[in-house]
Amino acid sequence: MNNNSIISVHGLRKIYRIGEVDVHALRGVDLQVARGEFLSVVGPSGSGKSTLFHILGGLAPPSDGEVLIDGVDLRKLTESQRTELRQKKIGFVFQKYNLLPTLTAGDNIAIAQSLSHTQTRPPNFDEMLALLGIANRLDHKPRALSGGEQQRVAIARALVNQPAILLADEPTGNLDTENSNAVLGILRDLNRRTGQTILMITHNPEAAAFGDRTVTMRDGRMLSAA
Amino acid sequence: MINKLVLENLKHRWVRTFLSALVVGVQVMSILTLIGLSRGLLNSSAARMKAGGADIVLKPDTQGTFSFSSGQLNSKFIDFVAKQPHVKQAIGILTANVVLVTVMNGIDFHTINQFNGGFRYMKGGPPQSPDDLIVDTDYATEHKLQVGQTVKLLNHNWHVQGIVENGVLAHLMVQLSALQKLTGNANPPRVSEIFVKLDDPALTDQMVAQFNELLKGNLKALPMQDVISQFSINNIPQLKVFILVLTILSVIVGFLVVFLSMYTAVVERTREIGILKALGAKPLTILDILVREAIVLALVGCVLGILLSYGVNALILAVAPASLPVVAVPDWWPRAAAIALAGALLGAIYPGLKAARQDAIEALSYE
Repeated sequence: MNNNSIISVHGLRKIYRIGEVDVHALRGVDLQVARGEFLSVVGPSGSGKSTLFHILGGLAPPSDGEVLIDGVDLRKLTESQRTELRQKKIGFVFQKYNLLPTLTAGDNIAIAQSLSHTQTRPPNFDEMLALLGIANRLDHKPRALSGGEQQRVAIARALVNQPAILLADEPTGNLDTENSNAVLGILRDLNRRTGQTILMITHNPEAAAFGDRTVTMRDGRMLSAA
Repeated sequence: MINKLVLENLKHRWVRTFLSALVVGVQVMSILTLIGLSRGLLNSSAARMKAGGADIVLKPDTQGTFSFSSGQLNSKFIDFVAKQPHVKQAIGILTANVVLVTVMNGIDFHTINQFNGGFRYMKGGPPQSPDDLIVDTDYATEHKLQVGQTVKLLNHNWHVQGIVENGVLAHLMVQLSALQKLTGNANPPRVSEIFVKLDDPALTDQMVAQFNELLKGNLKALPMQDVISQFSINNIPQLKVFILVLTILSVIVGFLVVFLSMYTAVVERTREIGILKALGAKPLTILDILVREAIVLALVGCVLGILLSYGVNALILAVAPASLPVVAVPDWWPRAAAIALAGALLGAIYPGLKAARQDAIEALSYE
């Protein structure tokens, strides 16, 4: 493992059992992501991008291979320890925003903090909310927010616990061009300003271009590093 | 924050929440009303008996306090008892069951006047003929009876001769000889119990002991105070069993209602459960959220149930003040709440475990 790598993956395999058939979703993935890097992972549907996202986020265990997140070997973690990893080290941004519909934007951010038992917010968090353009929208429930606003709330929620890695799965998949560019601009700005490590999964080459580096996946393997 | 999520979830589907709480409330109300009715009937019976004015009650040796069977005691004992020292007066009372828990007393109206001062007539007066019936104000109100009307009870047409103030002996009273004849207790004349008034109430225990010695094998003497104290739910095994069955049914109803409500909520909120898991919620946290929702449902249901019980009590007392003298039972609120809570918690377990075991990735992809 490179000392500067916050994500280090070697020979990662993931096999799902569907009925009596083994589905090889990942077939030996190698990947290094440096601390503070903004990496885009592109590839067609079924290439294994989402499976990689789930494993790196601690939502699913690897079948084989080595996965180190900020020095923690995911193979050795129990489900409970993977839950703690998600609380402390990972921030998620999803394509469908995934805000809790019954809570306001502010409470959606607060519950992430509550679940990780974190008492304090990042020192510049209010500034960040202003930067995201949602400081005056925190009392609104998701149904009263536009898609772009919801995604920016989701970004704030992902960052409130100061995660080591921000994982974004098709963060602009449900947004129009204007909002897509705004969200991608925010992610890039965040990466530049704070050195937040970001791994973004996308099928859109234009979105991928916002990252420092792009890697391509196909058929459960990493094809290239741009 | 978790509490806020719980409340917001319940508010989000407020119709379902309200209906679920309402069903729990009906369950709580049923318990409180049944207990209130049982206690009201017993309290009313005890008070009426006490108002009879006796110091000692004599019953057949084998009969319990709550027998409605009539004529098990030969009237000849009345004279025998009346002749004992310190006995100021003895009066025989025949009790006949009319319908459900409503009874009719056959009494000697002339003697009862000397025994307890008699009745206070609101309308009409004492019976003049064997077919004359005296009712109390509660019964008259409930059955809309007026003096002069004819009413059929025990397959016999009675003429309402008087309406007395509520609270002494039965709601319905006729001449002893008339009821004895009607119920086949005239030959030899029989009564259900003998009320005894002493010249000195302080001698009650001594006289009870004396009667029990004298009448051993025939009659059993009890101080009125002991008879009154036996008017308790705990002394009626059948009622205790009935309350137990109702409690079990209430727990089952509460379980089913909360189970269905929570199960629907878990299916409906599959994606939200996935979001919470992605954010780092542990299975116990998910279970905790659903259990808290169930507790809130049960507590809201309890409040609704208590309010409903007051409404139902008022309705019952307006419709049937004589037959169903229901009372409020605040001392049963904690027990009714515990029963509702038990049902709700049981109902939350399976949906809660299902939610806690939900796979985060599958849940997040749920549409």
